[in-house]
Amino acid sequence: MSKDMMPHFELYQPDSVETALDLLGRFGEDGWAMAGGHDTLDWFKDRAKYAANVVDLGGIESLRGIRAVGDGIEIGAMTTLTEIANSDAVQSRFSVLSSAAGRVASPQIRNVGTLGGNLNQDARCWYYRYGVDCYRAGGNTCYADTPEGQNREHCLWGADRCVAVSPSDVAPAMVVLDARMVIRSADGEREVAAEDYFIGPEIDIERMTAVEPGELLTAVRIPGDWANARFYFEKVADRNTWDFPLVNIASAMVVENGAISRIRMAAGAVQCTPRRLSVVEEVVTGSPPDEETAALAGQAAVRGATPLNFNHFKIPLLENLVKRAIRDA
Amino acid sequence: MSDNNSVDLTAPTSPPEPRLDTGGAMETLGRSKASRRSFIKGVVASGAVVSSAGYVFGGLSGCTPEQAATPGGVERLLRLNINGEMRSVDVLPNETLAMTLRYKLGLTGTKLGCDRGECGACTVLVDGVPNYSCSTLTHTVRSKEVRTIEGLEGANGELHPVQQAMIDELSPQCGFCTPGQIMSAVALLETNPSPTRDEARHALSGNLCRCGAYDHYLNAVMRAAQSA
Repeated sequence: MSKDMMPHFELYQPDSVETALDLLGRFGEDGWAMAGGHDTLDWFKDRAKYAANVVDLGGIESLRGIRAVGDGIEIGAMTTLTEIANSDAVQSRFSVLSSAAGRVASPQIRNVGTLGGNLNQDARCWYYRYGVDCYRAGGNTCYADTPEGQNREHCLWGADRCVAVSPSDVAPAMVVLDARMVIRSADGEREVAAEDYFIGPEIDIERMTAVEPGELLTAVRIPGDWANARFYFEKVADRNTWDFPLVNIASAMVVENGAISRIRMAAGAVQCTPRRLSVVEEVVTGSPPDEETAALAGQAAVRGATPLNFNHFKIPLLENLVKRAIRDA
Repeated sequence: MSDNNSVDLTAPTSPPEPRLDTGGAMETLGRSKASRRSFIKGVVASGAVVSSAGYVFGGLSGCTPEQAATPGGVERLLRLNINGEMRSVDVLPNETLAMTLRYKLGLTGTKLGCDRGECGACTVLVDGVPNYSCSTLTHTVRSKEVRTIEGLEGANGELHPVQQAMIDELSPQCGFCTPGQIMSAVALLETNPSPTRDEARHALSGNLCRCGAYDHYLNAVMRAAQSA
Protein backbone atom coordinates (compact mmCIF):
# COMPACT_ATOMS: atom_id res chain seq x y z
CA MET A 1 0.00 0.00 0.00
CA SER A 2 1.22 3.42 -0.92
CA LYS A 3 2.79 5.41 1.90
CA ASP A 4 4.01 8.37 -0.09
CA MET A 5 2.54 11.80 0.27
CA MET A 6 -0.88 12.82 -0.85
CA PRO A 7 -0.92 15.06 -3.92
CA HIS A 8 -0.20 18.64 -2.97
CA PHE A 9 -3.08 20.91 -1.94
CA GLU A 10 -3.32 24.27 -0.31
CA LEU A 11 -4.71 24.20 3.23
CA TYR A 12 -6.93 26.91 4.70
CA GLN A 13 -7.87 27.07 8.36
CA PRO A 14 -10.62 29.66 8.80
CA ASP A 15 -11.87 30.51 12.29
CA SER A 16 -15.42 31.43 11.32
CA VAL A 17 -18.19 29.90 9.23
CA GLU A 18 -18.36 33.09 7.15
CA THR A 19 -14.71 32.84 6.15
CA ALA A 20 -15.08 29.14 5.42
CA LEU A 21 -18.11 29.78 3.18
CA ASP A 22 -16.29 32.62 1.48
CA LEU A 23 -13.28 30.41 0.75
CA LEU A 24 -15.42 27.53 -0.48
CA GLY A 25 -17.43 29.91 -2.64
CA ARG A 26 -14.24 31.32 -4.11
CA PHE A 27 -12.75 27.91 -4.90
CA GLY A 28 -15.94 26.36 -6.29
CA GLU A 29 -15.22 22.91 -7.65
CA ASP A 30 -11.56 23.16 -6.63
CA GLY A 31 -12.52 23.52 -2.96
CA TRP A 32 -13.07 20.80 -0.40
CA ALA A 33 -14.49 21.17 3.12
CA MET A 34 -12.68 18.93 5.58
CA ALA A 35 -14.04 18.03 9.02
CA GLY A 36 -12.17 15.32 10.96
CA GLY A 37 -10.35 14.35 7.78
CA HIS A 38 -10.53 10.56 7.84
CA ASP A 39 -12.79 10.31 4.80
CA THR A 40 -11.08 13.24 3.07
CA LEU A 41 -7.50 12.04 3.38
CA ASP A 42 -8.34 8.51 2.24
CA TRP A 43 -9.73 9.89 -1.01
CA PHE A 44 -6.59 11.94 -1.56
CA LYS A 45 -4.19 9.16 -0.59
CA ASP A 46 -5.90 6.76 -2.97
CA ARG A 47 -5.83 9.36 -5.76
CA ALA A 48 -9.52 8.67 -6.27
CA LYS A 49 -10.57 12.29 -5.64
CA TYR A 50 -8.63 15.48 -5.46
CA ALA A 51 -9.13 19.12 -4.59
CA ALA A 52 -6.54 21.85 -4.94
CA ASN A 53 -7.84 23.78 -1.92
CA VAL A 54 -8.78 22.14 1.34
CA VAL A 55 -10.70 24.15 3.90
CA ASP A 56 -10.16 22.68 7.38
CA LEU A 57 -13.21 23.40 9.54
CA GLY A 58 -11.45 22.27 12.74
CA GLY A 59 -10.59 25.79 13.88
CA ILE A 60 -14.17 27.09 13.91
CA GLU A 61 -15.13 27.10 17.58
CA SER A 62 -18.77 28.03 16.93
CA LEU A 63 -19.26 24.66 15.21
CA ARG A 64 -18.40 22.72 18.36
CA GLY A 65 -20.38 21.77 21.39
CA ILE A 66 -23.73 20.55 22.66
CA ARG A 67 -26.21 23.18 23.85
CA ALA A 68 -29.71 23.06 25.31
CA VAL A 69 -32.16 24.78 22.97
CA GLY A 70 -35.79 24.96 24.04
CA ASP A 71 -36.81 21.48 25.15
CA GLY A 72 -34.23 19.88 22.91
CA ILE A 73 -30.53 20.16 22.14
CA GLU A 74 -28.36 21.55 19.38
CA ILE A 75 -25.11 19.83 18.45
CA GLY A 76 -22.46 21.68 16.45
CA ALA A 77 -21.41 19.88 13.28
CA MET A 78 -17.76 19.75 14.37
CA THR A 79 -18.53 18.11 17.72
CA THR A 80 -16.63 14.83 17.84
CA LEU A 81 -18.38 11.47 18.01
CA THR A 82 -16.57 10.75 21.30
CA GLU A 83 -18.00 13.95 22.80
CA ILE A 84 -21.50 12.94 21.68
CA ALA A 85 -21.12 9.36 22.94
CA ASN A 86 -19.95 10.62 26.36
CA SER A 87 -22.28 13.60 26.66
CA ASP A 88 -24.60 13.57 29.69
CA ALA A 89 -27.16 15.67 27.83
CA VAL A 90 -27.30 13.12 25.01
CA GLN A 91 -27.01 9.99 27.13
CA SER A 92 -29.69 11.04 29.57
CA ARG A 93 -32.40 12.01 27.08
CA PHE A 94 -31.42 10.80 23.59
CA SER A 95 -29.41 7.66 24.28
CA VAL A 96 -30.12 6.25 20.82
CA LEU A 97 -27.75 8.91 19.51
CA SER A 98 -24.99 8.36 22.06
CA SER A 99 -25.21 4.60 21.43
CA ALA A 100 -24.96 5.12 17.68
CA ALA A 101 -22.07 7.59 17.95
CA GLY A 102 -20.23 5.18 20.24
CA ARG A 103 -20.44 2.40 17.66
CA VAL A 104 -18.81 4.29 14.80
CA ALA A 105 -15.44 3.05 13.55
CA SER A 106 -12.76 2.92 16.26
CA PRO A 107 -11.96 4.98 19.40
CA GLN A 108 -9.28 7.00 17.62
CA ILE A 109 -11.58 7.79 14.70
CA ARG A 110 -14.40 8.80 17.06
CA ASN A 111 -11.94 11.09 18.88
CA VAL A 112 -11.38 13.04 15.68
CA GLY A 113 -14.40 12.18 13.56
CA THR A 114 -17.22 14.68 13.78
CA LEU A 115 -20.99 14.59 13.66
CA GLY A 116 -21.01 16.56 10.39
CA GLY A 117 -18.31 14.41 8.86
CA ASN A 118 -20.14 11.25 9.77
CA LEU A 119 -23.46 12.48 8.38
CA ASN A 120 -21.87 13.78 5.18
CA GLN A 121 -19.49 10.91 4.51
CA ASP A 122 -19.46 9.53 1.01
CA ALA A 123 -20.60 6.08 -0.12
CA ARG A 124 -18.37 3.16 0.84
CA CYS A 125 -18.93 1.03 -2.28
CA TRP A 126 -15.45 -0.31 -2.90
CA TYR A 127 -15.69 0.04 -6.66
CA TYR A 128 -16.49 3.70 -6.23
CA ARG A 129 -13.77 4.12 -3.60
CA TYR A 130 -11.29 2.45 -5.92
CA GLY A 131 -11.73 5.38 -8.28
CA VAL A 132 -13.49 3.65 -11.18
CA ASP A 133 -15.75 5.61 -13.52
CA CYS A 134 -19.01 4.32 -12.09
CA TYR A 135 -22.31 6.19 -12.23
CA ARG A 136 -21.67 7.87 -8.90
CA ALA A 137 -18.29 9.03 -10.14
CA GLY A 138 -19.85 10.54 -13.25
CA GLY A 139 -19.45 7.50 -15.53
CA ASN A 140 -22.06 5.19 -17.05
CA THR A 141 -21.51 1.81 -15.41
CA CYS A 142 -22.18 0.16 -12.08
CA TYR A 143 -19.49 -2.35 -11.23
CA ALA A 144 -21.23 -3.68 -8.12
CA ASP A 145 -24.52 -4.66 -9.74
CA THR A 146 -23.15 -7.16 -12.27
CA PRO A 147 -23.22 -10.98 -12.23
CA GLU A 148 -19.69 -11.06 -10.79
CA GLY A 149 -19.93 -7.82 -8.82
CA GLN A 150 -19.16 -8.14 -5.11
CA ASN A 151 -22.24 -6.57 -3.59
CA ARG A 152 -22.53 -8.18 -0.18
CA GLU A 153 -22.60 -4.73 1.47
CA HIS A 154 -24.97 -3.13 -1.02
CA CYS A 155 -28.63 -2.19 -1.06
CA LEU A 156 -31.96 -3.96 -0.68
CA TRP A 157 -34.03 -0.98 -1.81
CA GLY A 158 -33.74 2.09 -3.95
CA ALA A 159 -31.31 0.84 -6.59
CA ASP A 160 -31.13 3.40 -9.37
CA ARG A 161 -27.99 2.78 -11.43
CA CYS A 162 -26.05 2.99 -8.13
CA VAL A 163 -26.54 0.31 -5.45
CA ALA A 164 -24.42 1.87 -2.67
CA VAL A 165 -25.88 2.24 0.83
CA SER A 166 -25.90 4.89 3.52
CA PRO A 167 -22.79 4.04 5.59
CA SER A 168 -23.56 6.12 8.67
CA ASP A 169 -24.45 4.77 12.10
CA VAL A 170 -25.55 8.17 13.33
CA ALA A 171 -27.90 8.94 10.43
CA PRO A 172 -30.67 6.45 11.37
CA ALA A 173 -30.63 7.84 14.92
CA MET A 174 -31.09 11.34 13.51
CA VAL A 175 -34.08 10.21 11.44
CA VAL A 176 -35.61 8.54 14.49
CA LEU A 177 -35.16 11.66 16.63
CA ASP A 178 -36.70 13.79 13.86
CA ALA A 179 -33.59 16.00 13.92
CA ARG A 180 -33.36 19.22 11.94
CA MET A 181 -30.19 19.75 9.96
CA VAL A 182 -29.03 23.36 9.94
CA ILE A 183 -27.44 24.32 6.64
CA ARG A 184 -25.65 27.63 6.16
CA SER A 185 -24.68 29.40 2.98
CA ALA A 186 -23.60 32.93 2.17
CA ASP A 187 -27.31 33.72 1.74
CA GLY A 188 -28.36 32.54 5.17
CA GLU A 189 -29.56 29.51 7.03
CA ARG A 190 -32.08 26.80 6.23
CA GLU A 191 -33.32 23.78 8.13
CA VAL A 192 -33.97 20.39 6.60
CA ALA A 193 -35.57 17.43 8.34
CA ALA A 194 -33.15 14.52 8.75
CA GLU A 195 -35.43 12.36 6.66
CA ASP A 196 -35.12 14.73 3.69
CA TYR A 197 -31.46 15.53 4.30
CA PHE A 198 -30.21 12.25 2.89
CA ILE A 199 -30.87 11.81 -0.80
CA GLY A 200 -30.76 8.80 -3.08
CA PRO A 201 -29.42 8.37 -6.61
CA GLU A 202 -32.84 9.18 -8.09
CA ILE A 203 -32.41 12.75 -6.83
CA ASP A 204 -28.68 13.18 -7.37
CA ILE A 205 -26.38 10.26 -8.02
CA GLU A 206 -23.20 12.17 -7.24
CA ARG A 207 -23.99 13.31 -3.70
CA MET A 208 -25.69 11.81 -0.68
CA THR A 209 -27.11 14.81 1.13
CA ALA A 210 -29.18 17.90 0.44
CA VAL A 211 -26.14 20.12 1.02
CA GLU A 212 -25.58 22.08 -2.18
CA PRO A 213 -22.23 23.40 -3.36
CA GLY A 214 -21.48 26.56 -1.37
CA GLU A 215 -23.32 25.28 1.71
CA LEU A 216 -22.18 23.76 4.98
CA LEU A 217 -23.94 21.69 7.60
CA THR A 218 -23.33 23.74 10.74
CA ALA A 219 -25.46 22.08 13.40
CA VAL A 220 -28.13 19.52 14.14
CA ARG A 221 -31.15 20.44 16.25
CA ILE A 222 -32.85 17.64 18.09
CA PRO A 223 -36.34 18.50 19.33
CA GLY A 224 -37.56 17.27 22.70
CA ASP A 225 -40.38 15.20 21.10
CA TRP A 226 -38.65 11.88 21.62
CA ALA A 227 -36.65 12.64 24.76
CA ASN A 228 -36.54 9.70 27.17
CA ALA A 229 -38.44 7.42 24.82
CA ARG A 230 -37.62 3.71 24.85
CA PHE A 231 -34.65 3.66 22.52
CA TYR A 232 -32.96 0.86 20.68
CA PHE A 233 -29.80 0.91 18.57
CA GLU A 234 -27.94 -2.05 17.20
CA LYS A 235 -25.27 -2.32 14.55
CA VAL A 236 -24.21 -5.53 12.88
CA ALA A 237 -20.87 -5.46 11.09
CA ASP A 238 -18.24 -8.02 10.18
CA ARG A 239 -15.89 -6.62 12.82
CA ASN A 240 -16.77 -4.86 16.06
CA THR A 241 -14.27 -2.06 15.41
CA TRP A 242 -13.74 0.06 12.32
CA ASP A 243 -16.33 -1.64 10.19
CA PHE A 244 -19.27 0.00 8.52
CA PRO A 245 -22.67 -1.52 9.24
CA LEU A 246 -24.03 -4.44 7.25
CA VAL A 247 -27.34 -3.33 8.74
CA ASN A 248 -28.05 -1.07 11.69
CA ILE A 249 -31.33 -0.22 13.36
CA ALA A 250 -32.46 2.72 15.47
CA SER A 251 -35.83 3.19 17.08
CA ALA A 252 -37.68 5.38 19.55
CA MET A 253 -40.86 4.09 21.08
CA VAL A 254 -43.36 5.45 23.60
CA VAL A 255 -45.41 2.85 25.44
CA GLU A 256 -48.59 3.88 27.27
CA ASN A 257 -50.86 1.49 29.14
CA GLY A 258 -48.93 -1.47 27.79
CA ALA A 259 -49.34 -0.48 24.15
CA ILE A 260 -47.07 1.32 21.72
CA SER A 261 -48.54 4.79 21.32
CA ARG A 262 -45.83 6.38 19.18
CA ILE A 263 -42.83 4.95 17.39
CA ARG A 264 -40.19 5.94 14.84
CA MET A 265 -37.78 3.44 13.38
CA ALA A 266 -35.04 3.63 10.76
CA ALA A 267 -32.48 1.22 9.35
CA GLY A 268 -29.10 2.02 7.86
CA ALA A 269 -27.05 0.29 5.15
CA VAL A 270 -30.08 -1.13 3.34
CA GLN A 271 -30.55 1.66 0.82
CA CYS A 272 -28.78 4.84 -0.18
CA THR A 273 -30.47 6.80 2.60
CA PRO A 274 -31.45 5.77 6.13
CA ARG A 275 -34.66 3.79 5.55
CA ARG A 276 -37.55 5.03 7.63
CA LEU A 277 -39.61 1.94 8.44
CA SER A 278 -43.01 3.63 8.25
CA VAL A 279 -44.77 0.33 7.55
CA VAL A 280 -43.46 -1.10 10.79
CA GLU A 281 -44.52 2.03 12.66
CA GLU A 282 -48.08 1.65 11.34
CA VAL A 283 -48.25 -2.07 12.00
CA VAL A 284 -47.16 -1.90 15.62
CA THR A 285 -48.82 1.26 16.85
CA GLY A 286 -51.52 0.32 19.36
CA SER A 287 -50.07 -3.12 20.03
CA PRO A 288 -48.04 -4.25 23.04
CA PRO A 289 -44.26 -4.50 22.44
CA ASP A 290 -44.26 -8.27 22.72
CA GLU A 291 -42.96 -11.24 20.75
CA GLU A 292 -46.01 -11.41 18.49
CA THR A 293 -45.92 -7.73 17.56
CA ALA A 294 -42.17 -8.00 17.05
CA ALA A 295 -42.61 -10.90 14.62
CA LEU A 296 -45.19 -8.95 12.61
CA ALA A 297 -42.94 -5.91 12.60
CA GLY A 298 -40.01 -7.93 11.30
CA GLN A 299 -42.07 -9.35 8.45
CA ALA A 300 -43.43 -5.93 7.57
CA ALA A 301 -39.96 -4.41 7.55
CA VAL A 302 -38.53 -6.59 4.80
CA ARG A 303 -41.49 -6.52 2.43
CA GLY A 304 -40.44 -5.46 -1.04
CA ALA A 305 -36.72 -5.95 -0.45
CA THR A 306 -34.88 -6.62 -3.72
CA PRO A 307 -31.57 -8.28 -2.94
CA LEU A 308 -28.56 -8.35 -5.25
CA ASN A 309 -26.48 -11.47 -5.87
CA PHE A 310 -24.62 -11.57 -2.58
CA ASN A 311 -26.68 -9.65 -0.03
CA HIS A 312 -29.72 -11.89 0.54
CA PHE A 313 -28.50 -12.33 4.11
CA LYS A 314 -29.45 -8.75 4.86
CA ILE A 315 -33.16 -9.62 4.68
CA PRO A 316 -33.29 -11.95 7.71
CA LEU A 317 -30.73 -9.71 9.40
CA LEU A 318 -32.98 -6.67 9.09
CA GLU A 319 -36.02 -8.71 10.08
CA ASN A 320 -34.31 -9.85 13.28
CA LEU A 321 -33.03 -6.40 14.16
CA VAL A 322 -36.52 -4.95 13.80
CA LYS A 323 -37.88 -7.70 16.03
CA ARG A 324 -35.33 -6.92 18.69
CA ALA A 325 -35.99 -3.20 18.47
CA ILE A 326 -39.65 -3.84 19.35
CA ARG A 327 -39.20 -6.66 21.84
CA ASP A 328 -35.97 -5.72 23.64
CA ALA A 329 -36.10 -1.93 23.75
CA MET B 1 18.93 15.54 18.05
CA SER B 2 19.24 18.85 16.30
CA ASP B 3 16.33 20.81 15.00
CA ASN B 4 17.99 21.04 11.64
CA ASN B 5 15.14 19.63 9.64
CA SER B 6 14.27 22.53 7.44
CA VAL B 7 13.77 22.20 3.74
CA ASP B 8 15.52 24.98 1.85
CA LEU B 9 12.86 27.48 0.90
CA THR B 10 15.02 28.82 -1.89
CA ALA B 11 15.23 25.40 -3.52
CA PRO B 12 14.47 25.33 -7.24
CA THR B 13 11.02 24.22 -8.36
CA SER B 14 12.32 21.00 -9.87
CA PRO B 15 13.11 18.15 -7.50
CA PRO B 16 16.69 18.31 -6.28
CA GLU B 17 19.19 15.81 -7.68
CA PRO B 18 19.53 12.82 -5.41
CA ARG B 19 22.65 13.24 -3.35
CA LEU B 20 24.67 10.48 -1.81
CA ASP B 21 26.35 12.93 0.48
CA THR B 22 25.18 11.99 3.93
CA GLY B 23 26.58 15.08 5.50
CA GLY B 24 29.25 13.26 7.44
CA ALA B 25 26.91 10.68 8.87
CA MET B 26 28.82 7.91 7.13
CA GLU B 27 32.08 8.89 8.79
CA THR B 28 30.33 8.96 12.12
CA LEU B 29 29.09 5.47 11.42
CA GLY B 30 32.60 4.26 10.69
CA ARG B 31 34.13 5.83 13.75
CA SER B 32 31.62 5.09 16.45
CA LYS B 33 30.16 1.84 15.13
CA ALA B 34 26.75 3.44 15.47
CA SER B 35 23.80 1.12 14.98
CA ARG B 36 21.92 1.06 11.70
CA ARG B 37 19.02 2.71 13.45
CA SER B 38 20.97 5.67 14.76
CA PHE B 39 22.64 5.99 11.36
CA ILE B 40 19.26 6.26 9.66
CA LYS B 41 18.00 8.72 12.24
CA GLY B 42 21.19 10.73 11.81
CA VAL B 43 20.55 10.96 8.11
CA VAL B 44 16.99 12.09 8.68
CA ALA B 45 18.15 14.81 11.02
CA SER B 46 21.01 15.99 8.85
CA GLY B 47 20.92 17.99 5.65
CA ALA B 48 20.30 14.82 3.67
CA VAL B 49 16.61 15.31 4.40
CA VAL B 50 16.53 17.41 1.28
CA SER B 51 17.33 14.47 -0.96
CA SER B 52 15.10 12.01 0.86
CA ALA B 53 12.30 14.56 0.82
CA GLY B 54 12.42 14.48 -2.97
CA TYR B 55 11.42 10.85 -2.76
CA VAL B 56 9.11 10.84 0.23
CA PHE B 57 7.37 14.10 -0.39
CA GLY B 58 6.68 13.77 -4.07
CA GLY B 59 9.25 16.11 -5.51
CA LEU B 60 8.73 18.87 -2.96
CA SER B 61 5.59 20.04 -4.66
CA GLY B 62 4.39 23.20 -3.01
CA CYS B 63 7.78 24.03 -1.62
CA THR B 64 8.29 27.08 -3.74
CA PRO B 65 8.02 30.41 -1.94
CA GLU B 66 5.33 31.64 -4.34
CA GLN B 67 2.95 28.79 -3.47
CA ALA B 68 3.62 29.07 0.23
CA ALA B 69 2.66 32.72 0.02
CA THR B 70 -0.86 32.07 -1.32
CA PRO B 71 -3.13 34.47 0.59
CA GLY B 72 -5.08 32.77 3.37
CA GLY B 73 -3.07 29.59 3.16
CA VAL B 74 -1.25 28.18 6.15
CA GLU B 75 2.23 29.24 7.25
CA ARG B 76 4.60 26.40 6.61
CA LEU B 77 7.06 27.07 9.39
CA LEU B 78 5.56 25.71 12.59
CA ARG B 79 6.52 25.44 16.23
CA LEU B 80 5.11 22.18 17.46
CA ASN B 81 4.85 20.97 21.04
CA ILE B 82 6.16 17.42 20.80
CA ASN B 83 6.70 15.55 24.07
CA GLY B 84 6.89 18.83 25.95
CA GLU B 85 9.56 20.32 23.69
CA MET B 86 8.91 23.07 21.19
CA ARG B 87 10.24 21.86 17.84
CA SER B 88 10.57 24.06 14.78
CA VAL B 89 9.64 22.31 11.60
CA ASP B 90 8.74 23.11 8.03
CA VAL B 91 5.45 21.37 7.27
CA LEU B 92 3.75 20.99 3.92
CA PRO B 93 -0.01 21.62 3.82
CA ASN B 94 -0.64 17.99 2.81
CA GLU B 95 1.71 16.48 5.37
CA THR B 96 0.41 14.06 7.98
CA LEU B 97 1.60 14.08 11.57
CA ALA B 98 3.09 10.61 11.13
CA MET B 99 5.21 11.92 8.25
CA THR B 100 6.37 14.93 10.27
CA LEU B 101 7.23 12.84 13.30
CA ARG B 102 9.06 10.12 11.44
CA TYR B 103 10.71 11.90 8.56
CA LYS B 104 11.19 15.46 9.77
CA LEU B 105 11.72 15.01 13.51
CA GLY B 106 13.31 11.56 13.49
CA LEU B 107 10.76 10.20 15.98
CA THR B 108 10.53 6.79 14.37
CA GLY B 109 8.95 5.11 17.38
CA THR B 110 5.58 6.01 15.87
CA LYS B 111 4.96 3.37 13.21
CA LEU B 112 3.17 3.64 9.91
CA GLY B 113 1.13 0.54 9.19
CA CYS B 114 -1.73 1.06 6.78
CA ASP B 115 -1.55 4.88 6.43
CA ARG B 116 -5.37 4.83 6.23
CA GLY B 117 -6.54 4.95 9.85
CA GLU B 118 -7.28 1.24 9.75
CA CYS B 119 -4.61 -0.30 11.97
CA GLY B 120 -3.62 1.99 14.84
CA ALA B 121 0.17 1.55 14.61
CA CYS B 122 0.58 5.32 14.26
CA THR B 123 -1.44 6.19 17.39
CA VAL B 124 -0.14 9.25 19.25
CA LEU B 125 -1.77 11.43 21.89
CA VAL B 126 -2.99 14.87 20.90
CA ASP B 127 -3.88 16.81 24.05
CA GLY B 128 -3.97 13.45 25.80
CA VAL B 129 -6.42 11.88 23.34
CA PRO B 130 -5.44 8.99 21.04
CA ASN B 131 -5.33 10.01 17.37
CA TYR B 132 -4.19 8.23 14.25
CA SER B 133 -1.20 10.36 13.23
CA CYS B 134 -1.37 8.98 9.67
CA SER B 135 -4.77 10.59 9.24
CA THR B 136 -4.09 13.87 11.01
CA LEU B 137 -2.69 16.81 9.08
CA THR B 138 0.23 18.25 11.04
CA HIS B 139 -1.18 21.74 10.59
CA THR B 140 -4.24 20.77 12.62
CA VAL B 141 -2.18 20.11 15.78
CA ARG B 142 -0.33 23.41 15.66
CA SER B 143 -1.52 24.66 19.03
CA LYS B 144 -1.83 21.27 20.70
CA GLU B 145 0.39 18.98 22.73
CA VAL B 146 1.57 15.87 20.92
CA ARG B 147 2.90 12.89 22.85
CA THR B 148 4.63 10.01 21.18
CA ILE B 149 6.15 6.80 22.51
CA GLU B 150 9.46 8.67 22.86
CA GLY B 151 7.86 11.03 25.36
CA LEU B 152 6.83 8.38 27.88
CA GLU B 153 10.06 7.60 29.67
CA GLY B 154 10.87 9.42 32.89
CA ALA B 155 13.57 12.02 33.50
CA ASN B 156 16.16 9.36 34.30
CA GLY B 157 15.22 7.13 31.41
CA GLU B 158 12.98 4.86 33.49
CA LEU B 159 10.17 3.26 31.54
CA HIS B 160 6.56 4.34 31.85
CA PRO B 161 4.55 1.86 33.95
CA VAL B 162 2.70 0.74 30.81
CA GLN B 163 5.98 0.13 28.97
CA GLN B 164 7.38 -1.82 31.93
CA ALA B 165 4.19 -3.86 32.20
CA MET B 166 4.37 -4.69 28.49
CA ILE B 167 7.84 -6.14 29.08
CA ASP B 168 6.85 -7.97 32.25
CA GLU B 169 3.85 -9.54 30.56
CA LEU B 170 5.79 -10.37 27.36
CA SER B 171 3.01 -8.57 25.54
CA PRO B 172 4.47 -7.82 22.11
CA GLN B 173 5.22 -10.55 19.67
CA CYS B 174 6.68 -8.85 16.59
CA GLY B 175 6.37 -5.46 18.28
CA PHE B 176 5.29 -3.36 15.33
CA CYS B 177 1.92 -2.39 16.77
CA THR B 178 3.30 -1.98 20.31
CA PRO B 179 3.96 1.79 20.35
CA GLY B 180 0.36 2.37 19.25
CA GLN B 181 -1.03 -0.09 21.79
CA ILE B 182 0.99 1.59 24.53
CA MET B 183 -0.21 5.08 23.60
CA SER B 184 -3.86 3.94 23.70
CA ALA B 185 -3.24 2.28 27.08
CA VAL B 186 -1.51 5.36 28.49
CA ALA B 187 -4.45 7.56 27.47
CA LEU B 188 -6.89 5.12 29.05
CA LEU B 189 -5.05 4.98 32.37
CA GLU B 190 -4.76 8.75 32.53
CA THR B 191 -8.54 9.13 32.36
CA ASN B 192 -9.48 5.87 34.06
CA PRO B 193 -6.71 4.62 36.38
CA SER B 194 -8.43 1.36 37.29
CA PRO B 195 -10.31 0.11 34.25
CA THR B 196 -12.06 -3.21 33.98
CA ARG B 197 -10.63 -5.63 31.45
CA ASP B 198 -13.58 -4.86 29.17
CA GLU B 199 -12.95 -1.14 29.39
CA ALA B 200 -9.31 -1.77 28.49
CA ARG B 201 -10.36 -3.96 25.59
CA HIS B 202 -12.62 -1.19 24.36
CA ALA B 203 -9.90 1.44 24.72
CA LEU B 204 -7.43 -0.66 22.75
CA SER B 205 -9.97 -1.72 20.12
CA GLY B 206 -8.61 0.81 17.62
CA ASN B 207 -5.23 -0.92 17.52
CA LEU B 208 -4.80 -3.99 15.36
CA CYS B 209 -2.26 -6.70 16.19
CA ARG B 210 -1.41 -9.05 13.32
CA CYS B 211 0.24 -11.44 15.78
CA GLY B 212 -3.01 -11.65 17.73
CA ALA B 213 -1.35 -10.78 21.05
CA TYR B 214 -4.43 -8.91 22.24
CA ASP B 215 -4.83 -10.76 25.52
CA HIS B 216 -1.15 -10.23 26.32
CA TYR B 217 -1.56 -6.51 25.77
CA LEU B 218 -4.61 -6.51 28.02
CA ASN B 219 -2.63 -8.38 30.70
CA ALA B 220 -0.09 -5.57 30.59
CA VAL B 221 -2.72 -2.83 30.83
CA MET B 222 -4.26 -4.51 33.86
CA ARG B 223 -0.83 -4.93 35.46
CA ALA B 224 0.06 -1.29 34.79
CA ALA B 225 -3.25 -0.21 36.31
CA GLN B 226 -2.44 -2.09 39.50
CA SER B 227 1.13 -0.86 39.73
CA ALA B 228 0.27 2.78 39.18
